[in-house]
Amino acid sequence: MNLAVHYTLVGVGLFSLGLYALIVHTHLLRKILAINVMGSGVFMMLVALAKRNGEAPPDPVPHALVITGIVVAVSATALGLSLMLKLNKETGSAELPEDQQE
Amino acid sequence: MNWNAWIPLLVVASSMLPGLIIFNLAEHRIRLRTALNLIGALVKLLLVGWMLWGVYNEHIFETRLALLPNLDIVLRAGPWSLFFVTLSTVLWLITTIYAIGYLEGSPHRSRFFGFFSVCVSATVGVALSGNLITFLLFYELLTLSTYPLVVHRGTEVARRAGQVYLNYTIFGGALLLLGTVWLYTLAGTLEFTPQGFLQTLDEAHHPALIAIFVLLVSGLGVKAALVPFHGWLPQAMVAPAPVSALLHAVAVVKAGVFGIVRVVYDIYGVDFASDLGVTDPLAWLAAITIIYGSLRALYQDDLKRMLAFSTVSQASYITLGVAIASPIATIGGAVHLLHQGLMKITLFFCAGNLAETLGIHMVSEMNGVGRRMPWTMAAFTIGAFGMIGVPPIAGFVSKWYLGLGALEIGKEWVVIVLAGSSLLNAAYFLPILHRVWFQEPTHPWPEERSFGNQETAWALLIPPILTALMALGAGVFATGSFSPLVWAQLIAQREFHQP
Amino acid sequence: MEVNWGVVLILLPLIGGIACFLYPRLVKILGVLTSFALVLSVAGLGWQIKINDIYRHSVGGWDAPLGIELYADGLSLLMLSATALVGLGISVYSVGYFDREDSSRFWPLWLFLIAALNALFLSADIFNLYVNLELMGLTAVTLAALTGSRDALSGSMRYLLATLLGSLVYLLGVALLYHGFGSMDIGILSVRVESSPVAWVALGLISTGLLLKTALFPLHFWLPAAHANAPAPVSALLSALVVKASFYILFRLWLKIFSPISEGVEMIFGLLGSMAILWGSLQALRQTRLKLLVAYSTVAQIGYLFLSFPLAISGVATAWSATAYLILSHALAKAAMFLAVGNILCFGVHDRIAGLDRVVQRLPLTASAFALAGISIMGLPPSGGFIGKWLLLEAALTKGRWDLVVVIILGGLMAAGYVFKVLGNAFTPSSEPHKSRPVPACMEWASLLLALGAILLGFFVSPVSSLLDMGSPFDISGVRP
Repeated sequence: MNLAVHYTLVGVGLFSLGLYALIVHTHLLRKILAINVMGSGVFMMLVALAKRNGEAPPDPVPHALVITGIVVAVSATALGLSLMLKLNKETGSAELPEDQQE
Repeated sequence: MNWNAWIPLLVVASSMLPGLIIFNLAEHRIRLRTALNLIGALVKLLLVGWMLWGVYNEHIFETRLALLPNLDIVLRAGPWSLFFVTLSTVLWLITTIYAIGYLEGSPHRSRFFGFFSVCVSATVGVALSGNLITFLLFYELLTLSTYPLVVHRGTEVARRAGQVYLNYTIFGGALLLLGTVWLYTLAGTLEFTPQGFLQTLDEAHHPALIAIFVLLVSGLGVKAALVPFHGWLPQAMVAPAPVSALLHAVAVVKAGVFGIVRVVYDIYGVDFASDLGVTDPLAWLAAITIIYGSLRALYQDDLKRMLAFSTVSQASYITLGVAIASPIATIGGAVHLLHQGLMKITLFFCAGNLAETLGIHMVSEMNGVGRRMPWTMAAFTIGAFGMIGVPPIAGFVSKWYLGLGALEIGKEWVVIVLAGSSLLNAAYFLPILHRVWFQEPTHPWPEERSFGNQETAWALLIPPILTALMALGAGVFATGSFSPLVWAQLIAQREFHQP
Repeated sequence: MEVNWGVVLILLPLIGGIACFLYPRLVKILGVLTSFALVLSVAGLGWQIKINDIYRHSVGGWDAPLGIELYADGLSLLMLSATALVGLGISVYSVGYFDREDSSRFWPLWLFLIAALNALFLSADIFNLYVNLELMGLTAVTLAALTGSRDALSGSMRYLLATLLGSLVYLLGVALLYHGFGSMDIGILSVRVESSPVAWVALGLISTGLLLKTALFPLHFWLPAAHANAPAPVSALLSALVVKASFYILFRLWLKIFSPISEGVEMIFGLLGSMAILWGSLQALRQTRLKLLVAYSTVAQIGYLFLSFPLAISGVATAWSATAYLILSHALAKAAMFLAVGNILCFGVHDRIAGLDRVVQRLPLTASAFALAGISIMGLPPSGGFIGKWLLLEAALTKGRWDLVVVIILGGLMAAGYVFKVLGNAFTPSSEPHKSRPVPACMEWASLLLALGAILLGFFVSPVSSLLDMGSPFDISGVRP
């Protein structure tokens, strides 16, 4: 149980760090990284969930969810990166236009 | 197959379908468009005639379509509905002829006549409604279909007038909607029932019922040009004369007044409304409108604006007749619905003639026009005298009954209001008549168009003469067996005694 | 032979999308045929549901909790029909809208999006919903960026970040629900979930994530830029279908799982919904460009959907049907509106409202489409929007919620303000007349027919209601209090 709680807390921590970074940083690459970090946090929590019944084999359902989630995160990151590159080509900067005015 | 159940719907469709077809016609297909318009009008007239005969022989004409669970769309032919429907149908036919002549050579006629037809369908739907939700549906449809007619000319002035029109009517529609839904949640039904259906409700609901009455009458009062909701009417005069003639003097304003009639008689019931204490404030408001409208009319130089304020004033005669809870006043109010329609439309037709033929828009330009356009001005004179209340023209009959009804139940102040209003009417109409007939023109007409030996085109000349004669006839033959007056008496009977 | 319509609804657009990707020359034919086939498939599914009351299918023979189950009742059918009908309209429109190069990119993405939508509406467990939500989000973002302009790219970038954030928050909520109650299946959860801190946190997380994706005030910041800068058919599908999908999930989860344990959160929904209506309508009134006006109108209309939560949970069950009605009418009307605006843009190259040079006369079909769609948005009779508004008002008055009544009436008035702002200018000539380009007939007719659909919805309440009731989606009696 302790290990599972440990993982859960780390997961929550990662999620919060990612959320903070998403809101505060203006560079798009950082924002995309932040999303990935948040994703990792959620996946850690799911993995921790799988181990909650003590000595018995871990629950495979959350593991399946994590794998699916990773696939989705990879695709989303790819999309985000290509959008960022196109935006950089169009405007010469990798930040959203409104964020630049601050 | 019960054909009678479909007749009311057909009456609405008889102008809707030609309207939808007309939208798609190219501009130059004048004959087809005219044919469609006239066929639609004649079919409608026939159907209405059939309903009149049927109701006289105790047949029922009712179309019922489900809208929501427990709420139907109901179109029904009864005394009030037929009264209004006949007026609208006959006047639509005449106005169509007038409009064809008036708009000759103008752009966008297909669009105009398309919306014109939809508008009449909405008016007829309002007239034939059998419950408040059907009324609401056609009432809003009327707003939507008259807007394009107000902005028809496409100028900046027209757009702004249209905006004002919308501001008022959409706001009124929202109030009406709120009142209707609230009423439905309290009463569970919205069917128009002679002598009302709200008496059975618990006393605890009475404050809510009063609030609902205020909402409904305010919403309806916008179209009925009740002070302080009348502001849109003078502005809407920027529309072409046929639009002003039928819609704002007859159909739209009458729809609002008709709604107030329905609310007082067929939802609340006159006696219950009186008990709730809402009829007296309504009467005062109507009286204020009557005087205010006449006073504003005195100061207008623009002929159509003057007529608009006159309408504001005259429409409230009907409201006044409704708010004075007496059978004779009801007769006066009911019959004025018809009489005012005839007289006002005559006046607007004449105003349109003056504008189209001679470019006259202002009263000050009307000196001596009686010699140039005698027939038009004769019709105008009849209409004007009717407004003042000179016998034997129709206006006199309605004022007589209104006054009698007021005296009957001890509301003498109404008679003073009526007399005052007649004086004011005289004050602004008589000088015009004097100017028209007895003064020489001071300068040449602004923009004269020649029509050979006649004073103006046939299509512009016949309608006002026809409606003026009808106004005269309604007054002279008031005691005849099929006159509007007798009909109004039949209506009052149903409202005040057991059916 | 019983056709498995649910599987068809998912596979058909997937295959169509792949085919469009492989054969760029045939995209238009493939696209329209697929859309048409989808309408027929939805009808087939509807027929099946009518007979069996619900549709249930375990994909590959694997049952829950390991397998994926497809489930459809009246509400799912409503959403599927909306997707199919609006989808057909958008497809027909897009045949005329895109040039060859853009077409080869648009069609595969559009068909994949439809596949994701259909799969979403047929899902029966909360994780499958997540997967489809992501599929939908990614395709939608790409479609939004299609024009490649600076505004489109930044709008879709913000859309991507917002949608990913929303999904992650949602996923966290899903994880908590599984942790607390041991299942992903909505039916099983509806029985097991009971009031507890885990359930409340999960409710909060899931709702927040979905609110972000549905763009409810104040989480709507990404919507106007994304919807206004996309090509017209994409704007239509985003406003009409994509935001409704995340709302559908929220709706469904609340109906089945969260309503009994809500403890007042629905009041927050009512409050936010009211503010969305007022704020969105106000912003729409201030716009000088057509597409932004229509986008802010979407922000406002979404608010209406949330007004039913406090009403329904306090006992008026018809409020839920009001929501369903509003979803369908708004989908039709908003799609028609965006398509009409696309026509105006195509015609005159700009979308400044003040310069709408006599559009009524030169594009009568488009102007009618905008007017009819506007009637539904304003909630004037006769239209689907009016029915929804009537039902909401009835529910609010029955419960004495005068605050909601005032908001609904004000919303209608403001909607009239911005709709007629456009129509009024459409009658008058502008100060600088501009050269015009012809608009393909399929584009004008697509917008007009969708708008007519929104109006006709006002006349067919009874059939739609009985369709909705199949499978009793609104019956929460099987849920533990």
